[in-house]
Amino acid sequence: MATAVMTSLDTKSSAASRGMSDIRIRNLFIIPTILFLIVFNIFPLIYSLGYSFTDFRASSNAPANFVGLQNYRELLNDPFIWSNFAITAKYVIVSVTGQVIVGFGTAMLLNRDIPLKGLLTTLLLLPMMLSMAVVGLFWKLLYDPSFGIINYALGLGSFEWLSNPDMALYAVAITDIWMWSPFVMLLSLAGLSAVPKHLYEAAAIDRAGPFYTFFRITLPLVAPILMIAIIFRTMEAFKTFDLAYILTSQPTTEVISIRLYKMAFQEWQTGRSCALAYIVLVMVLAITNIYVKYLNKVKER
Amino acid sequence: MAAVQTRSERALNRVAIAAVLVITLIFLAPIYWITSTAFKPRNLATTIPPTVLFEPELSPFVKLFTKRSQLRGAPTPEEYAAAPWWERMVFDGGEKIVRSGRGEVQPSGYPNRFMNSLIVAITSTVLAVGMGTFTAYGFSRFKVKGEADLLFFILSTRMLPPVVVAIPMFLMYRVVGLNDTHWGLIILYTAFNLSFSVWLMKGFIDEIPKEYEEAALVDGYTRMEAFFKIVIPEAATGIVATAVFCFITAWNEYAFALIMTNRRAQTAPPFIPSQVGSGLPDWTVIAAGTFLFLLPVAIFTFLLRNHLLRGMSFGAIRK
Repeated sequence: MATAVMTSLDTKSSAASRGMSDIRIRNLFIIPTILFLIVFNIFPLIYSLGYSFTDFRASSNAPANFVGLQNYRELLNDPFIWSNFAITAKYVIVSVTGQVIVGFGTAMLLNRDIPLKGLLTTLLLLPMMLSMAVVGLFWKLLYDPSFGIINYALGLGSFEWLSNPDMALYAVAITDIWMWSPFVMLLSLAGLSAVPKHLYEAAAIDRAGPFYTFFRITLPLVAPILMIAIIFRTMEAFKTFDLAYILTSQPTTEVISIRLYKMAFQEWQTGRSCALAYIVLVMVLAITNIYVKYLNKVKER
Repeated sequence: MAAVQTRSERALNRVAIAAVLVITLIFLAPIYWITSTAFKPRNLATTIPPTVLFEPELSPFVKLFTKRSQLRGAPTPEEYAAAPWWERMVFDGGEKIVRSGRGEVQPSGYPNRFMNSLIVAITSTVLAVGMGTFTAYGFSRFKVKGEADLLFFILSTRMLPPVVVAIPMFLMYRVVGLNDTHWGLIILYTAFNLSFSVWLMKGFIDEIPKEYEEAALVDGYTRMEAFFKIVIPEAATGIVATAVFCFITAWNEYAFALIMTNRRAQTAPPFIPSQVGSGLPDWTVIAAGTFLFLLPVAIFTFLLRNHLLRGMSFGAIRK
């Protein structure tokens, strides 16, 4: 009897005769979620695909005219859009690199017998649990050239962080690094603690130097998890909207999400913005694919 | 690490401890600063050198919750003496609290936005975690055709930049009249959190041995009874952790709230920055609003510290 139940668990259960069949339960549990996500995620995207081929403007009552691929052609030939992508790429590279250096560095320091390790780790997690919009707001106060504490603490006088077009993007990236280095730290710490201790002991017996130990033992074993952190942060940094939007309004910080927002909700070029959304969508899906591939790899370990 | 530490190792360890402490202090400084600004009198908020020692006061919070107007002329001594302590704080700042015709204190926009945030975040969390738990169980215990693809589909809904989804949602909501309503935001946040909830709950449910339910089935439970009486209690900590994550995400969300709401259903994240405006903002009031808004998240972070890692990595890493 017991074995019969065991083998039938996956598809049909002997208990099915009394309650609902397993297949019905499975469908009842899964289908509503899938439907919900299709209705509120996929359907809107299909809806906007239609608009992306029109000159529709949500601000006027004029009917949408079909313009074919014109929106896409214009967008892909628009140097300003490409500069938005370039800004986004620069932002992603600067902030993710910063997060990896600070996050992994902190994890290396924390990966010792340190008193209060748990408390310190918890405290370090606080920044990433906060709202990006609100974080942006209070960093605006910290960056203020005349009374911000950053300039005071660093002795920078009245250095302009946010109104200087060359500096603004870095200022946003610094805030992002502050917020998300703890995430990289957390994942690195998990990776570091999984490195078998006997490898280090063997290395010590062989009189291996710290560099050798780091590059031949630590790094290769932490790499997969670190990679997840990097791809995840890349994905998130690519989507950035709130932080940059609230901190500054410099043209040099106009990442693609902000361009999209302005095009859709300030200039009301609805059709064109739908087309741009599609271009962004394709890029995000590409990064997502890489992420999921790594995720599965790490899960298999 | 090693049982016997050499002197250089001990020195290295001490350097590491010092470095970690410094890093932690640097990371916490901005949060400390916003918190302390929330308790400062207005004239100390923007002084250089910054004021570190001051007598904390609650006037920023009084100002946060009340509608005020500029005081024309000083209050009479009788007026001043008759006012409660919190109104005197506002008097001292050169402002007075606006009252309605019936003499009631007029609230500012903040309490309302805070309530909206609570309503939207709690409702969407309940929906996302409820549906997510069922679906995760379905994926965890039954054979599903194309399971990997379906799970990828579910995850991919979370990966889109909010602005991309917001454009068509805005158009659709306009047609069905969901713009600037609580339900409009609740649906969006539920859809947003559902993927996360499914992935995280699947991780938790996978860890509950199948044998528990099998034993219950042998004892004559139906599958549903086994689910509610065995699996749900076993997964309780996972459900709580997932719920807190969903709550924090919905609580912090900005882009959708900015686009989909303007007055009635607006939540705190778009409201607080909108108060900066032009001219000289009262940073103490903004800091007070920010502080109250961050408080629940700080408490949850502390309670959830052991689950954070799994939550942040979609359950890829367990501890």
